[in-house]
Amino acid sequence: MPKTMSVLTARCGRIRPDSVKEYVATGGFEAFRKALAMEPMEIINEVMDAKLLGRGGASYPAGKKWKQLYEIPTFPKYIVCNADEGEPGTFKDKVLLEKDPLLVIEGMLIAGYVFDSHDGYIYIRGEYREIQRIFQAAIANAESAGFLGDNICGTDFSFRVHIVSGAGAYICGENSGLLNSIEAKTGRPRVKPPHLAEVGLFSMPTLVNNVESFAGIPVILSMGGKQFLELGSENSGGTKLICLSGNVNNRGTYEIPMHGVTLRDIIYDPELGGGIPDGKELKFFHLGGQSGPIGFPHQLDTVYSHDALKKVGLSVGSGAVVVLDESVCIIDYLKKVADFFIHESCGKCVPCREGNRQIRLILQKFSDGVATMQDFERLERLSLTMAMASSCGLGQAATTALDSCLIHAREEFIAHINGVCPVCFNSRKNGDTYAY
Amino acid sequence: MHIDPNKMVTVKIDGIPVTVPSGTTIMEAAKKIGIKIPSLCHHPDLTVRAFCRVCVVEDTWSRRLKTACNNIVDECGDIFTNTEGIRRARRTILELLLANHPQDCLHCERNRKCELQTLAEEFGIRKNAFDPVYRPVPKDLSNPAMVRDMSKCIRCGRCVDACQAVQGVNAIGYAGRSTGFKITTAFEKPLSESPCVYCGQCIAACPVGALYEKDDTQKVWDALSNKDLHVVVQTAPAVRVAIGEEFGMEKGAIATGKMVAALRRLGFDKVFDTNFSADLTIVEEGNELFSRLKSGKNLPMITSCSPGWVNYVEKNYPDLLDHVSSCKSPQQMFGAVAKTYYADKMEIPREKMFVVSIMPCVAKKYEAQRPEMNSSGYQDVDVVLTTRELAKMIRLAGIQFGALPEEEFDSPLGLASGAGAIFGTSGGVMEAAVRTVYEIVTGKEPQSLDFNELRGHEGIKEASLDLDGTTVKVAVANGLSNAKILMDKVRAGEADYQFIEIMCCPGGCVGGGGQPFRTTAAIRSNRMTGLYKVDKDSKIRQSHKNPEILALYDEFLGEPNGHLAHELLHTHYTDRSH
Repeated sequence: MPKTMSVLTARCGRIRPDSVKEYVATGGFEAFRKALAMEPMEIINEVMDAKLLGRGGASYPAGKKWKQLYEIPTFPKYIVCNADEGEPGTFKDKVLLEKDPLLVIEGMLIAGYVFDSHDGYIYIRGEYREIQRIFQAAIANAESAGFLGDNICGTDFSFRVHIVSGAGAYICGENSGLLNSIEAKTGRPRVKPPHLAEVGLFSMPTLVNNVESFAGIPVILSMGGKQFLELGSENSGGTKLICLSGNVNNRGTYEIPMHGVTLRDIIYDPELGGGIPDGKELKFFHLGGQSGPIGFPHQLDTVYSHDALKKVGLSVGSGAVVVLDESVCIIDYLKKVADFFIHESCGKCVPCREGNRQIRLILQKFSDGVATMQDFERLERLSLTMAMASSCGLGQAATTALDSCLIHAREEFIAHINGVCPVCFNSRKNGDTYAY
Repeated sequence: MHIDPNKMVTVKIDGIPVTVPSGTTIMEAAKKIGIKIPSLCHHPDLTVRAFCRVCVVEDTWSRRLKTACNNIVDECGDIFTNTEGIRRARRTILELLLANHPQDCLHCERNRKCELQTLAEEFGIRKNAFDPVYRPVPKDLSNPAMVRDMSKCIRCGRCVDACQAVQGVNAIGYAGRSTGFKITTAFEKPLSESPCVYCGQCIAACPVGALYEKDDTQKVWDALSNKDLHVVVQTAPAVRVAIGEEFGMEKGAIATGKMVAALRRLGFDKVFDTNFSADLTIVEEGNELFSRLKSGKNLPMITSCSPGWVNYVEKNYPDLLDHVSSCKSPQQMFGAVAKTYYADKMEIPREKMFVVSIMPCVAKKYEAQRPEMNSSGYQDVDVVLTTRELAKMIRLAGIQFGALPEEEFDSPLGLASGAGAIFGTSGGVMEAAVRTVYEIVTGKEPQSLDFNELRGHEGIKEASLDLDGTTVKVAVANGLSNAKILMDKVRAGEADYQFIEIMCCPGGCVGGGGQPFRTTAAIRSNRMTGLYKVDKDSKIRQSHKNPEILALYDEFLGEPNGHLAHELLHTHYTDRSH
């Protein structure tokens, strides 16, 4: 059985990305034409049947989100595509934006039709400057071809897509922070409630979905929701783009069905990761970006699907799979994770602003061999408070990786308390100081 | 979630059912059943920010904790406000804040009045589990009115909300992110180079010791112990209905007599009343309005009693300065009269006069130090204390405020009409002026002295007053964001008012930045009621009928708006927009 598939990525690399002609020749905009003949609620039902879970990281059911927005009687509504792709180790949206932007546009267009919205915004991360140009060309070509703009395909439906560039802040990938950023406000998350479906972009009801989620919409309409579900597992339909990086031979983006492929396949199968370089052993792997959980070798036989991963305390998240070999000290790695969140926290809520730096300080104590057993209690208390009481997803997820390690790699913490790191003891360079 | 405030929702909080309108927050609903959920960033008069996360509660619908300040009961299952998990989370958040806070409560301006300290005490935090990460930053001492000590800031955002949403001044805002997240002026300039008008609403909003007025009490103690000086004190109208709160009296209780007694015991040579000079202001301002109405020039005329407002108009509407009444504020009229008329009358050399003001206000400190405020040849008002500073002096002197007898103000600058008293509340200056202007314009007494359409604490009030056939359109605004609405209309030529009263602070001086901490809209309302009662109970209720005012003109000033009056009682304004 093949471990990879080309459903979302069927056109990637096979057509000129901004060419409407080539896109249409390969079945493009057929889903949209199909949608025009459907009632909005029928389309939403297809998305619900497909059990598409949001691909941005939080895995919120897309159909449920669509239905909630549909029931809100306020207009105008806005369609927003989150292409901020800031999770470290995640570069799967990049593939779609770069190689098949029209698929994303078609997804947004269908959403626009469902919600009778006339404006869609795509917030593309600032580092994807070149991709923004490709995307802009795709929009322009779609407008000339009559798939965007006024009276699309001879109907009275009008829809435009606007590109907004990010400027490097991870927090702008949080949906409400993203909307603030589009509105030219500081990119800090909003207080919720009110929810974005009620009070979103420019205070109007708004749909925010990830690039890969939007790309899934035309696919769902083309093949039907039930068919889409069969590509995945019981409660989560479709294929998933995953991003392999770190200490693994074949780094890159792959599309896999969400059934039958295990974590071991992802890391070791020659069609996928192809194993660890230099004959080293796998130590752990980080799923879904810095905000995701860390997995260990004993979990390798878990199938990569939302359901199966959840059972062992892991999650899909954004789709990132960062592989780390035996030469990596877990404490060192967690310090980097903490550094990342200290850098990216917006700072407005106390648990996240003050918690991340305290976690970093405590981890440094482990590195320095001066931690005590009480520091476990401190880490656990901080982690729990941050996860339970932080304002947005950033603070709530900042200690997910730490939690995994406190459960599965406790002995490595204890080794540090005893002054012996199996990896880095005696190899630590001076200057590893903490300056927050 | 569709919120219909007419629909009632029933939830269980800690097992107790409570029925509240749809859209009610958990915090409000809990209050209904006698549970006060702790919080640091929440303030009933300000917008919800949910920064501090201290108010977290559990509910059966959510995996995570919910903040009680912003989450509504409609979206909650059964709510629990006091579980071990909640106590641990709240305690951890407090410890995190304290790890980044100087541990110098004994030396802090807000010692015993600090909301963080109170919570730390309530949670029994004796030892912090977390390492200190606190780093001091220099204080901003750039202006004569207030201090910003950002070392103590807990970044709750209450000051920002007061400055931006309530006052529309936008002197401070948020900058930076993560551990660098802070509250600061644009480009981190000192406050004196910002749009700040020193209204002190940020101080009133601050839960900790990060913002406070410049403490001038020592200057007053020094003056009081200097036998060469003749030290007189004036007390603003709104102080008498707030000072009692500092000593456990009811909110808004009238404590005029006890306040006078306390000031005498502190050692002031004479205890006078700013209400007296408020009457003087009305006579001058009424006549100024009368002549502007006759000439039709520079209308609408706008009041000038509120120093925060004067700072605001100088900084934001320099093109409209001609509209602002040239009358000094009652505080400054008092200073000028005390150091001339009174000093001469009592044969005290002017340089030996020391004038102290007790004000509900922080901006008054700045006003007293304006270079134009020295018409007596000396600084007319030497020191300005806030209501809070006066309370500190009374406590330090060991005076048991509650046990004091009721005493009367001294003469000749202590007798006031009820019109002078209501200067302390939004609409009061207008009402006081109308009571006098009516007679100037018509030569007749108004049928009723109560102009109820000018009362209350709506942000903007409008009225058409019938002066025996002549209609005068007036408007009243409190809070600078409301003032901005009126001023933009005036600037655009869309305002057909003849007279506008503007008070800088919400509710007027009763809600001033120098009033006792933890003022809310409800407390302001009590103080307003107090002032209207003072007015109602006054024998004289029109400024121009105050015999001490009449004597002042007779013996010294001559005519209202006359030459000497102009010299002593009027001022000019400066474009400070750059």
